[in-house]
Amino acid sequence: MNIAILRFGGSNCDLDVQKALNNLGVGAELVWYKETLKSFDGAIIPGGFSYGDYLRAGAIAARTKIMQSVAQMAADGKPVLGICNGAQILCESHLVPGTFTLNQYPKFICRWVKLRTVGKSPFTVLSNAIVDLPIAHKEGRYVVDPQLLKELYENDQVVFKYVDDNGLPTLAANPNGSLDNIAGISNLEKNVLAMMPHPERASEKLLGSADGNAIFESMVRHIKAL
Amino acid sequence: MFNYYDPTVTAMLYRAEITIKLKNGMLDPEATTIKNALKHLGYECQSVKQAATYELEFTADSRENATDLVNGMCQRLLANPIIHDYDVRITK
Repeated sequence: MNIAILRFGGSNCDLDVQKALNNLGVGAELVWYKETLKSFDGAIIPGGFSYGDYLRAGAIAARTKIMQSVAQMAADGKPVLGICNGAQILCESHLVPGTFTLNQYPKFICRWVKLRTVGKSPFTVLSNAIVDLPIAHKEGRYVVDPQLLKELYENDQVVFKYVDDNGLPTLAANPNGSLDNIAGISNLEKNVLAMMPHPERASEKLLGSADGNAIFESMVRHIKAL
Repeated sequence: MFNYYDPTVTAMLYRAEITIKLKNGMLDPEATTIKNALKHLGYECQSVKQAATYELEFTADSRENATDLVNGMCQRLLANPIIHDYDVRITK
């Protein structure tokens, strides 16, 4: 098995994702955006600040040629995971609906959050109902057209929500003003997931939580079942 | 550069002014912060909006073609249609 980890100018969580996958015994190859995306079993777009977040977070990276190959992988049914800046890139590429924009209180937030796994997703089959993961972003407020939001619920595309200690998506548990506390969203086919929290930063107990591993393990299990 | 006297040259230089702003009703945290900062200086505003402007120069066969090109730029890169509206003004 070989999973591609994309690198753009400004990606900075690439090695962390690779280490998290390697710890699980999964092969992961770093792919610079100018290279061709040869046959991989899945792709992860890691966090960072691609192209300095110029124009909008993820906007420039989304228009690179390699993202057309990622779109093809997604169309072929292979799993594609976007974390933080990777999630913003997936939105800007229209591979998932909506967009992640400036936080309600417009500053960078870096802290632990609780998430509830809401929808069914191949990325969460091994995951607990409530997981602890860190966030680190300034543009993480999810925005989508109200009509489309209704469809997202109908099609089970809302994957993660920010919740409080009781597992409820309260206003106080919403770190960035995201619509309906949404932290992760998938495409209609469920094989593309865009999430703002960082599973790779919660991939060892030493880091405070190993809840993130279940997301990578679920992805691997999904690939094996394909 | 262009030779405006050569009848075989059809391409013209166009200038475009593009304004990209958040759709009405969209939360604009930066504008809210600016509004608060103005208030600290004694300027009370009912509302503050901010927008990005781009000034471009490019060649096109016709004004219609120039408008199409700029609309394409807005739709494909400069604006995010989920949150933005844009205005285009073409000048020669």
